[in-house]
Amino acid sequence: MGDKKVTIEVNGQEIETQAGRMLIEIADEVGIPVPRFCYHKKLSVAANCRMCLVEMQAMREGMENPVVPACATPIGDGMKFYTKSPKAIAAQKGVMEFLLINHPLDCPICDQGGECELQDIAIGYGEGYSQYTEAKRVVKNKDLGPLIATDMTRCIHCTRCVRFGEEIAGTRELGMIGRGEHTEITTYLEHSISSEMSANVIDLCPVGALTSKPFRYSARSWELNNVDAIAAHDCVGSNIIVQTLHNKVKRVLPRENEALNEVWLSDRDRFSYLSQTHTERLETPMIKKGGEWQCCDWNTALTTLVAELDILVKDKKNTIGALLSPSSTLEEGYLLQKIVRGMGQHNIDFRIRQQDFSQQTLDPLYPHLGVNIDDISTLDAVMLIGSNIHKDQPIIGHRLRQAVLKNDTKVMAVSHRQYSFHFPVTENIIVHPQRIALQLAGIAKALLTLNNASAPTGLKEVIDDMLITDIQQKMAEKLQAAKRGHLILGNMIYGLEDYAQIRMLASLIASLSECNIGYLTEGANAAGLAIAGCLPHRKEVGKENNQDVGLHAQEMLSKTLDAYILLGIEPELDTLNPQQAINTLTASSMVVVMNAFVTDTMKQYANILLPISTPLETSGTFVNTNGMWQSFTGAVSPYKEARPAWKVLRVLGNLFELDDFDYRSSEEVKESIASKYTAEKFDNRIIWQEHLFENRINNVNNEPIRISDVPGYAIDAMVRRADALQDSLDMQIADKVLMNEKLAQVLQCHADNIVEVEQLEGSGKFIVAIDESIPDDCIYIPSAVAATTNLAAPFSTVSIKE
Amino acid sequence: MGGMTRFFKSLFLVELLKGMRLTGRYLFSKKITVQYPEEKTPQSHRFRGKHALRRYANGEERCIACKLCEAVCPALAITIESEQRDDGSRRTTRYDIDLSKCIFCGFCEESCPVDSIVETREYEYHGETREDLLMTKEKLLAMGDKYEEEIAADRAKDAIYR
Repeated sequence: MGDKKVTIEVNGQEIETQAGRMLIEIADEVGIPVPRFCYHKKLSVAANCRMCLVEMQAMREGMENPVVPACATPIGDGMKFYTKSPKAIAAQKGVMEFLLINHPLDCPICDQGGECELQDIAIGYGEGYSQYTEAKRVVKNKDLGPLIATDMTRCIHCTRCVRFGEEIAGTRELGMIGRGEHTEITTYLEHSISSEMSANVIDLCPVGALTSKPFRYSARSWELNNVDAIAAHDCVGSNIIVQTLHNKVKRVLPRENEALNEVWLSDRDRFSYLSQTHTERLETPMIKKGGEWQCCDWNTALTTLVAELDILVKDKKNTIGALLSPSSTLEEGYLLQKIVRGMGQHNIDFRIRQQDFSQQTLDPLYPHLGVNIDDISTLDAVMLIGSNIHKDQPIIGHRLRQAVLKNDTKVMAVSHRQYSFHFPVTENIIVHPQRIALQLAGIAKALLTLNNASAPTGLKEVIDDMLITDIQQKMAEKLQAAKRGHLILGNMIYGLEDYAQIRMLASLIASLSECNIGYLTEGANAAGLAIAGCLPHRKEVGKENNQDVGLHAQEMLSKTLDAYILLGIEPELDTLNPQQAINTLTASSMVVVMNAFVTDTMKQYANILLPISTPLETSGTFVNTNGMWQSFTGAVSPYKEARPAWKVLRVLGNLFELDDFDYRSSEEVKESIASKYTAEKFDNRIIWQEHLFENRINNVNNEPIRISDVPGYAIDAMVRRADALQDSLDMQIADKVLMNEKLAQVLQCHADNIVEVEQLEGSGKFIVAIDESIPDDCIYIPSAVAATTNLAAPFSTVSIKE
Repeated sequence: MGGMTRFFKSLFLVELLKGMRLTGRYLFSKKITVQYPEEKTPQSHRFRGKHALRRYANGEERCIACKLCEAVCPALAITIESEQRDDGSRRTTRYDIDLSKCIFCGFCEESCPVDSIVETREYEYHGETREDLLMTKEKLLAMGDKYEEEIAADRAKDAIYR
């Protein structure tokens, strides 16, 4: 096996390849069609459908040629195969007849019709009649949740979905029970599937047994137009195909890209399109006049906006702030910062969930994962700091799982909550969020001891009297031993008040153990927006802006500015401190909201509402966490009066009479950034900052503190309005407050009771759930869900009343 | 020589007489003119006229929104939109046939797996506006209800050839 070259012959064609590979792989490579149902290149070989039977030249003289399954036949030198010989065809036809015995003839009402592997192959190998006259079997449908519809009678037991669950999703939820005619694919327990990649079984299913529930019966595969696009919900930038009909998005499918998403797609990227026609879509521009909202045309809206802002800007003391979603496109970000900077201001930021900006000048040019996504499987040790990786970035979570399975990668986690990952975690530190820095300091101390190095200035006092725990020691040893170790700072870490210290310590750990370090970010385009210059301290392509640093997101939302431009965000959900954000914005005299959706809360603080298109309706560019620039076009035209944000910003630039605003296409905008940008290699590790630890590491008081993260299906306006995703198991947490038994006893809370959680002047009602994954003295309440819009920032104290 | 022949042919009006002979033959033969609308030509049971959507005997519409007729229509005259009805079945929410596009080829009828869309013997219709010539689902079902007996009888007659 391995690198040994062999020559085989298929249908008389000589092929040279490595020994030990399966015949079907080679046939696929050279384009010889072999029918199959159970074989899938990304899954293990099951060889249970028998459709890929081919004739093989007998090894010994006088022996009859055997018929072998191409998917499970490792090749050896000199083997000869015939895929179209009478014997092979007869075998395939025989298998086909058996498969069709129990398959219903309901193709006309089956959603798979037209893209069905069974249908296609039946054309080639099926007979026009059936010899079978006995009763066909009927199998009860299973409830697999809001995303996957089942018609189990159609199942041909290829077990692709079962293998997907075991090998890719890591959740053994589907299985095969019974034998012979009583075989059934089923969930062992009656519940819906919880995997964040579950809907891939829809693509995998070769028949119509598993189909998309939201898409059900709404269109036929042959009438859909395909548009290539990029998924807009995480920093991976999964490649997708958007399928449209009559200018409506009907379905989203993965587009193969080995470097990123392979053939998979997260459920979030697949079903977020459901929000396209949500009732909360903003249809026309609107202006608030004397407290009343009036619909108007674009001209009126933009001229009013410009007139009002111009008056503000003329007086230099006035301040304007712009906040944008980390999922805005590169072009939108670039134009918005150009407008803000054109007005002589630098108050622009997309880091709307970050709390600690004290070391922002040390940020790399853009948040980079530090390792290519397709290289994750070669890492030896990975330390996740504050990351719920498989829900936040499902594709990266999947890659990490593959690394654990195939490369025996050691994954360690330091977090404020014990996440149930779909891969084993060797060491787990679950602590109060204010103790994360201390834990990292402990690991750093262990590494310093291992390396016989002395602590850098500033840290010595902190760690001198610290005891290294067993877990810290083990983590340090594993990172030290790893040839390719990696630290990943996850989405949750940005919300902590000692983010700078944590990052510094993580960087120190990385330097000591010769590992690399990387960032995972919220949104699809944090990297692109950093390059576009949507930062208060940096202009486009990372040009430092030292003399005139603008206000960062936290400052903008804590002191009232004279005007705000909000692009694609709902501050009541998307910012760290919704309570403060709403108060600040309500106090401001001018708030321009550019959003695809509108809510009553938005109408309270906004003065002008501009409808912009969703990522499926606009052209643009996303830069992913590996620095890959991926451009896309709009799949459908914008909803009603909505317009692509880059066009709106371009016109605004003209109306403000700013220079260089004559772009005719989003490509031109992108080109003007790309021409200035030179991709340079950089190290995410940062230089030691001794002053960071002058005040030591923060003290923890024992009052219960609210911990939080953003549930996977609450991350942005689109996802939050995709009803099918909201109905899934993961969102059951949306109205819950979680705490461990110990704290529940102290607070006298009982499971399933409704409690009122108060934080500063706001409160919300939640249902208590006891969860041992929450550390002591912590109360978990999710962020970005409707119930928390009145609460203040997480990681601060809360009180609970029955 | 050719000149002489032509001269005598035109002198004795040979061409005209040939023509008159044909006219005379039809003048005395049996008339085939149909006095429409009082009289009508006989129709084949395979006549392809205005469309109809059929129902089952229990009143349930046959159409299952498979969209094969839409796909096969060479004139792109059919537009269908579908969804899952509350009872879980696959149904159309819109079934339009634009009669001003339709070429009455009958492919829709042939493609239909449930014998839902059919072409009736109805050919006497007109429209004063474009809208009149757009057959909606309601109109098509009404057509089906009106002619169901005839449609069923015609299909039964043709069944032996299928």
